[in-house]
Amino acid sequence: MFTYYLDLALRSLKRNRMLTALMVLAIAVGIGASMTTLTVTHLLSGDPLPGRSQHIFYPQVDASPAGYSKSGPLDMLDYRSAVDLWSAHRADRQALMAGSEVKVRAPDTTLPPLMVPMLATTSDFFAMFQVPFQYGTAWTAADAASRARVAVISSDLNDRLFGGADSVGKTLRLKDSDVRIVGVMKKWRPSPLFYDVRAGRFAEGQTSSFYGKPEDVFMPFFSGLDVNDGNFWQFTCWGSVPRPGHLQDAPCVWVGLWVQLDDAAKVADYRAFIANYAQQQKQLGRFATTQTRMPGLMEWLVFNHVVPSDVKLQTWLAFAFLAICLFNMIGLLLAKFLRRSSEIGVRRALGASRGAVFAQCLVEAGMVGLVGGIGGWLLTLLGLWLVRRQPVEYADLAHLDPGMFGLTFALAVAASLLAGLLPALRASRIAPALQLKTL
Amino acid sequence: MDILPIFSTLRRHKITALLLVLEIALTCAIVCNAVFLISQRLQRTEMASGVAEHELLQVQVANIGKPANGKSRAQEDLALLRQVPGVTAAALVNQVPFTNSSSNTSIKLDPAQKLPTLNATMYMGEGLIASFGARLVAGRDFTADEYLDYDDMRSNPELQNKVGSVVITQALGERLWPGQSALGRNIYMGDTSVRVIGVVQSLIRPSLFMGDDAAQWTMVFPLRLSAASASRYVLRTAPDQRQQVLSEAAKVLRKADPHRIVLKKDTLDDIRGAFFQNDRAMAGILVGVIAALLIVTALGIVGLASFWVAQRRRTIGVRRALGATRRNILNYFQTENFLLATIGIVLGMVLAYGINLFLMTRYELPRLPGMYFPMGAIALWLIGQLAVLGPALRAAAVPPVVATRSV
Repeated sequence: MFTYYLDLALRSLKRNRMLTALMVLAIAVGIGASMTTLTVTHLLSGDPLPGRSQHIFYPQVDASPAGYSKSGPLDMLDYRSAVDLWSAHRADRQALMAGSEVKVRAPDTTLPPLMVPMLATTSDFFAMFQVPFQYGTAWTAADAASRARVAVISSDLNDRLFGGADSVGKTLRLKDSDVRIVGVMKKWRPSPLFYDVRAGRFAEGQTSSFYGKPEDVFMPFFSGLDVNDGNFWQFTCWGSVPRPGHLQDAPCVWVGLWVQLDDAAKVADYRAFIANYAQQQKQLGRFATTQTRMPGLMEWLVFNHVVPSDVKLQTWLAFAFLAICLFNMIGLLLAKFLRRSSEIGVRRALGASRGAVFAQCLVEAGMVGLVGGIGGWLLTLLGLWLVRRQPVEYADLAHLDPGMFGLTFALAVAASLLAGLLPALRASRIAPALQLKTL
Repeated sequence: MDILPIFSTLRRHKITALLLVLEIALTCAIVCNAVFLISQRLQRTEMASGVAEHELLQVQVANIGKPANGKSRAQEDLALLRQVPGVTAAALVNQVPFTNSSSNTSIKLDPAQKLPTLNATMYMGEGLIASFGARLVAGRDFTADEYLDYDDMRSNPELQNKVGSVVITQALGERLWPGQSALGRNIYMGDTSVRVIGVVQSLIRPSLFMGDDAAQWTMVFPLRLSAASASRYVLRTAPDQRQQVLSEAAKVLRKADPHRIVLKKDTLDDIRGAFFQNDRAMAGILVGVIAALLIVTALGIVGLASFWVAQRRRTIGVRRALGATRRNILNYFQTENFLLATIGIVLGMVLAYGINLFLMTRYELPRLPGMYFPMGAIALWLIGQLAVLGPALRAAAVPPVVATRSV
């Protein structure tokens, strides 16, 4: 029966090619626009550490003077608090991190020096965030303790300096120090770059910078601070900095601490731990406030409004557009079905039930949706290609994954069935006698 | 033209008519808001910088650790740059408009104040105001003996108190002392204070991280930078010599010290272009959406009108046989479309206002100006009339003889 309906639908669609093409086009354009923006939103609002993000937390205490930070602790930690919390080793894993820009040369090559972003961090970073390695491994705790001059580099930097070859054991010149490469990361592109996300609530929706690539050079925290001294970025300061870029004793927050806590009891313990720490520091006179905060990873992303407001606006627009396309399609389908009133009248007179007519009409609408879905899929690919050409940090992420590919067709068919509902209902109510009279 | 028969016909096609009205309403609402968003975005890209944009160039070199003699390095570099043919001014500065990299500080109006009044950006560099081409509107620029060496101040924080003077923008003065002259007033930063000796008309901050309202909260300090503490050389030249000067300047700087990297060399026009790229891209997307919407709506009208014409062929024939002219038939369909469009537009206006209210709360957009409503209305009336013209002409071409067939 269904194949018969399909045949009927095909005949009917062929009969008025112009109208059919119009409907297919409307669905395709609407689906293309909404799937493009939906894919971008989906990519930008996803979980950067699937399956692990629920165990990752970002503890914060506040060393700033009274009244400086009115809405909770500042987004990063001062050096002393960060090192205190980290060296207590109260979490399952913990990593300190501080960012800077560093001058890099590969002494074995003739390439000109580069300025690349560097992250000074502790060895748990790689295990905690499950960073994949192409060659070598992370540095060991012993390397870190002895302040060894070692580094892990990104696959991008490895491609640029060594043409993608195994560079473990080779030397890099970072600023004025020689550093041995111990590991090369595989392509790793968490979206967003969650551990560098901060201050999003002040960004007025312009948060596309959160989707940048990971740093190119990773060094053990303390040796990194030595090697690139004078180039570290502060998040904010509440007093003057005697030596800019050297922040260890400055009244500034600039260090991030991420911890992994594997169960609820540990999370509660850690919250109590930082609360105690703040209390104790207040008694010592170093803190003016005891405010603390420890959001989980996803909570921190929401707190920072990571999805750029332009992207949200585009999604709204695209769906409004799809709605208009649907109205359009309802109108056209109605026109199409009612134009065939006499034919439907004959079918009804020959014994087709209302349900059968309804089903036939819906099959026809669904077929338009399916073809429109193919057009929509092509337009989505085109749309994503356009997104990739845009000057935004997340441009290279914009690809259609299988889930979204399936959703494209599901949405197209669902939308056209929805649009076909009313016209099909009207068509099935056609009184046969009236139509036959005028034949 | 008699409108009543049109209404009685439409009453028989309630659902189709309603669909058309809704489609027009939704299109109208979105087009009004999208055009408004485009104008907002484009307006933002026009934001005044207060500098001689078409004449400025920036060459940024990589911070080379700590050069042994940063002060003389800087003076030598500047002397060489001033000799480049076409260069009318050169300065070593800490920051440049639209580069998204800035130093900022909290300021107070009273040292006893517990919390700062606001956060302003700090420009420094010898001869910065003249080289940038910022226009003084009150007071004066710094004199040569007012400048202090930034490096000396860094090694000896005591010297901070010796800075003494500052030049601010009109907007910052107005924000700090509304309706009064800023000249001679004191601004406090930490433990030090500076006196306002000059006011420039405008000088935008390099990054708008505090929002567009704070774009002009700018201070300029009489501090001389060295190659150890700054990396941005700003050159001024005639607009048509920019490219030449730029490559020559980079060559000169590389030659003066072969160990450094020239990170960037750009005209300020290009830097500005890149800064507002997102706004322009969004405006482009919105233009595309508007065009697509209007086309889809027009096609929808064509489709429905064609259907109605085909359905009413016999009625049209009867009317023609009873004496109606072609023009009467044409006018009938045009008027019908005009009525539907008008209802849609009225609904659309209400919807446009609602969407704007939503955007105002969610995206801090200003209220939709009234002039967008008539513009949206005219656009949709025009689209409607254009779309219906084809089917209406076909209707007008129906011969009266149709009335005699198959009745």
